[in-house]
Amino acid sequence: MTDVAKKTDTVTLTIDGIEVTAEKGELVIRVAERMGIAIPRFCDHPLLAPAGACRQCLVEVEGQRKPVASCTQTVADGMIVRTQLTSEVADKAQHGIMEFLLANHPLDCPTCDKGGECPLQNQAMSNGRTESRFHEHKREYEKPIHISSQVLLDRERCILCQRCTRFSEEIAGDKFIDLMDRSSGEQINVYRDDFFGGTGFGDGQVGEGEGDVAFNSYFSGNTIQICPVGALTGEQYRFRARPFDLVSTPTACEHCASGCSMRADHRRGKVLRRLAGDDAAVNEEWNCDKGRWGFRYATANDRIMNPLIRDKRTGELREASWSEALVTAAEGLKAAKAAGGVGVLTGGRLTVEDAYAYAKFARVALGTNDIDFRARPLSAEEADFLASSVAGGISDVTYDDVENAPAAVIVGLEPEEESPILFLRLRKAANKRKLQVTAVAPYLSRGFTKIGAALVVTAPGEEAKILAEDAAVAAALGAPGALLIVGERLASSPGALSAVAALAARTGARLAWVPRRAGDRGAVDAGCLPNLLPGGRPVTDAAARAELAPAWGVEPGVLPGTPGRDTDGIIAAAAAGELGGLLVGGVDPGDLADPRLAEQALDNAGFVVSLEIRGSAVTRRADVVLPVAPAQEKSGTFMDWEGRLRSFPTVLPTTAMTDGRVLEAIAALLEVTLGTGDVMTIRRELGAMPPSTASRPAAPTVTAGALPTRGATEAVLATWHHLIDSGSLLDGDDVLKGTARPSLVRIGKDLAESLGVAEGDAVTVSTDRGGVTLPAAITDLPPQVVWLPTNSPGSSVRRSLGVTSGAVVRLSAGAAGPILAEPPGSGSAALQAENRTKGANS
Amino acid sequence: MTQPRREVLEKLTPVLTKRWLSPDAWKIDVYERLDGYAALKKALDVHPDDLIQLVKDSGLRGRGGAGFPTGLKWGFIPQGDGKPHYLVVNADEGEPGTCKDLPLMTYDPHSLVEGIIIASYAIRANQAFIYIRGEAVHAARRLRSAVKQAYAKGYLGTNILGSGFDLDLVVHSGAGAYICGEETALLDSLEGFRGQPRLRPPFPAIAGLYASPTVVNNVGTIASVPYIVLGGADWWKSMGTEKSTGPMIYSLSGRIQNPGQYECGLGITLRELIELAGGMKPGHNLKFWTPGGSSTPLLTAEHIDTPMDFEGVAAQGSLLGTTAMQIFSDQDCPVYATWRWLEFYHHESCGKCTPCREGNYWMVRTYRRILSGEGTHADLDTLLDTANNIFGRSFCGLGDGAATPVMATLNHFKQDYLDYIEGRTAPRLSAKSLVGAH
Repeated sequence: MTDVAKKTDTVTLTIDGIEVTAEKGELVIRVAERMGIAIPRFCDHPLLAPAGACRQCLVEVEGQRKPVASCTQTVADGMIVRTQLTSEVADKAQHGIMEFLLANHPLDCPTCDKGGECPLQNQAMSNGRTESRFHEHKREYEKPIHISSQVLLDRERCILCQRCTRFSEEIAGDKFIDLMDRSSGEQINVYRDDFFGGTGFGDGQVGEGEGDVAFNSYFSGNTIQICPVGALTGEQYRFRARPFDLVSTPTACEHCASGCSMRADHRRGKVLRRLAGDDAAVNEEWNCDKGRWGFRYATANDRIMNPLIRDKRTGELREASWSEALVTAAEGLKAAKAAGGVGVLTGGRLTVEDAYAYAKFARVALGTNDIDFRARPLSAEEADFLASSVAGGISDVTYDDVENAPAAVIVGLEPEEESPILFLRLRKAANKRKLQVTAVAPYLSRGFTKIGAALVVTAPGEEAKILAEDAAVAAALGAPGALLIVGERLASSPGALSAVAALAARTGARLAWVPRRAGDRGAVDAGCLPNLLPGGRPVTDAAARAELAPAWGVEPGVLPGTPGRDTDGIIAAAAAGELGGLLVGGVDPGDLADPRLAEQALDNAGFVVSLEIRGSAVTRRADVVLPVAPAQEKSGTFMDWEGRLRSFPTVLPTTAMTDGRVLEAIAALLEVTLGTGDVMTIRRELGAMPPSTASRPAAPTVTAGALPTRGATEAVLATWHHLIDSGSLLDGDDVLKGTARPSLVRIGKDLAESLGVAEGDAVTVSTDRGGVTLPAAITDLPPQVVWLPTNSPGSSVRRSLGVTSGAVVRLSAGAAGPILAEPPGSGSAALQAENRTKGANS
Repeated sequence: MTQPRREVLEKLTPVLTKRWLSPDAWKIDVYERLDGYAALKKALDVHPDDLIQLVKDSGLRGRGGAGFPTGLKWGFIPQGDGKPHYLVVNADEGEPGTCKDLPLMTYDPHSLVEGIIIASYAIRANQAFIYIRGEAVHAARRLRSAVKQAYAKGYLGTNILGSGFDLDLVVHSGAGAYICGEETALLDSLEGFRGQPRLRPPFPAIAGLYASPTVVNNVGTIASVPYIVLGGADWWKSMGTEKSTGPMIYSLSGRIQNPGQYECGLGITLRELIELAGGMKPGHNLKFWTPGGSSTPLLTAEHIDTPMDFEGVAAQGSLLGTTAMQIFSDQDCPVYATWRWLEFYHHESCGKCTPCREGNYWMVRTYRRILSGEGTHADLDTLLDTANNIFGRSFCGLGDGAATPVMATLNHFKQDYLDYIEGRTAPRLSAKSLVGAH
């Protein structure tokens, strides 16, 4: 039966005299490519809809009067195709098109970024004339022009293949660039001038870009990568290097949990650019601008290169030798362990291997389960949810499943901001496969609009109730293959994750948990939780501990069997002086639920060891600071939201060490053999670990909370991170930050009326701790709900307000004090000022 | 000026043009007195499929240039597919030399409106559009008033003449782009996008306007429909030739005594048309001419007796096109004329595909150099090769149209080019405009 079906779905054609079988609907250019016949092309891109614009791929098809563009021609049974290899007509046509393309193309290859890796340059050599017959004046344009603070356009180099505009429209859904004018004056551009009501580029360049709608797409960098000439360039890389001088390393992105494959290019000990890698199963050929351009944090001038210890005499940090620092750290931790114990706080930058090292170190060297990777608002319910429904590969939804799902309900997650590649896949599925997306969110964001989501209006805190009661949500999840995709923000909505687990069980929908940081899911499986050991083994399960003990070479009784404190518990205990010490790696107090309390905890803890890349609020309070390697200087593995391992090699070999190696050195001084000194050893150990036979804990059953009562000028706070915000992993990337979404406070019509404010007026959101003042954006929100970006210029919610999503905040019209944020897009000065005040850890 | 002979005069077949000289025929009451909307009443009593069959039987072929059988096109519309169907009338008449739709819409707009209602009824469309050239302000005004009057009289709107058939008709003015006369670019423009041709397939009959089945027809095609309904297929076929049936409006311009529109059965010759137009201007002898606008390969005096129907012109290696005959004499320079056409094509190229965008840019500059007396012999080879590299390589037919006059004049009048290059003809352009060229 399948054989018959197969036969009807294929056709047999002949290309250059070779018979070939192809799938029905396949394009001639692809079939030829599979056979090893390279037909030159520019506008064609396998992930974009056929355009047929450049005409470079012309071939001869028997029976057709004219040469045919092989990028738009689908195969047919019995078709006879002759490419440039066997047809003079095709060869002549291709030479003709190449001559046209070069007629107006400048000969500035020696100074062009693309020179050396340029499809036009390469194909001009393979399919072009040796000499030009064009003697007229070449087209000229002002060069280059900014189309965003990050992207530059040299229009005279452009061959108008429209890959960039097609990407922006088809893939990203950001039609900020388009063709303008016509004929030989046709050009790519943004919507220029005041007519379109743009706010400029925010690149600080006077007079340029004013009134224009900038190309502020989170995916703009992909247009540079797929540009077949040097027309689009990035401010960050422009004129920095020649492609043939670069050393390329395939790597993985350390920012979010999307798990993008990437390529890092370095020269003379410095990474100069990063490109999206090809991985059809994950990021296809795309990445987001944060992943592409956010890597300068690793070379920031506050990078810690040598160990620091707090000088007993001066009370200041001073540089120390590794041996002195390690001994100090080991002795301090030993004393702290005896004096109340040590809490371990880790953050989202950790690789699986490093997270495993922390988890093992906490249990074996420190004898505690007081370890938590969640450097953000959290709940005990969430830990239980992770144990029951995520850890150890329980949640195994993949990108492929997303693409083929009939329906997806998204709760507590803003895909475009928090997992942009998941967003692209959702968009592809919604556009090409008819995926129906339901958003359980306070408002229909631009991202949700672009994936055609139906909104179930939900105030923060109401999620549990909606998930339990809403018929539309349950109905959407009834279809086979339907997905329930939840974000980490649900931790701050009591009962929500319990309701998620119950809903998935009730409807049979598959569950995916999408955290925000690259290291999060790996940390769950590595055991960086107070209730879980590596492999999703519950700490309270004696059998599970017994499984682990031989692998770790310890007696079964050594591993502590009671659940430890979570991040909040550790912070509270340390602040109260109950903990002897803290071991902190990759956490910024500004990301935690209460930054002020976290800093108190660091101040009050007897002894603080910080493993960090750069100076931070933790290192400033630490007793010992041990420098560790950023992602590009070490090898390791991230586990993306699917649970897929994304291993990467060292891009830049330096002396910087992984967290695991540093922890092993400390452990050795504590007379414990940790065995986390190198990545391969850890991988072997993880690989040799027996599969867990421990029974899975039951899902949490926390009762749904009720929405708090609010006064007339009070509201429930909704908040999430912008993709490009004040996070410390974006430090140093000011041109990238120029493309960030503007900081705004979103209020509904009800609040706007009761406050008497109009669109753009200043509104102050405050708590007893402080206030945030931003221009108002009147949005279709549920009654008495206000939205703020979590950590954007002018809006560091946790630090300024001391609260998070779901809390009650006060609102007032006008500025309570100086307005921190300038109007949107008003320049990098504000961003830089904000950076100096220290943002949170991404 | 010479009077045409009686037997030539009898070749005139005023059908579509019959009301043009009647005063106020653009008003609905006058139109109704002159058989107006009689065909509609007759058509609404007939099953739509029978109307499609009638048009098929009449042999009516598209008047926009390609000559595609109209009934066949209508028959491609899938019926009972649950999708809305659209009729779009291409009134973006922009082919250089063409002037047949504008006067029709100006002097007899109701005949187009009536044709639209009948055609929409036949293809089961409840929404029709007229995409009219933006510059044709007066014709658009007449059309809008005609549509308004038709609504008032119940010819448009819901339950037309009690038949249960509903139709809304919108007159949409373009923004003045030649490419928007290409049917898929027209549809994009109508949808509010940049007017550039679409990839085919899918063809408009399957996925046209708003991705729904759509018939795109020329003004002349649709305006012919009421006459076919009234007169019948056999009467229609009594005009024209076997394969090119019916009357055609020939628009004549250039070196003739009476430029204008002459409606004759398809298959008439240029010799007869020139006679109808009062002969050549005194002192002018026919040198070359376009059979159907500048996009059709031009013909010379030796083709004067070619039957002007789809087959006859094709036999001479050219195309009937829009039957816009631009007539040039021995006092006209084919090089100069070609340059002017090329400036038009260069200006109007939409820019989507490489050969048309870059090739026209290049050829225009080469012509400017030749006409400035700066041309070289190598330029002629390059020009011919460039035109060959455009022809058949571009995304839509516009590129072919641009290459056509170059190839044709180089073929027929190479000596005229050599005269500029070798200095026998005085330069007609100033070399000052060639800054940067060598």
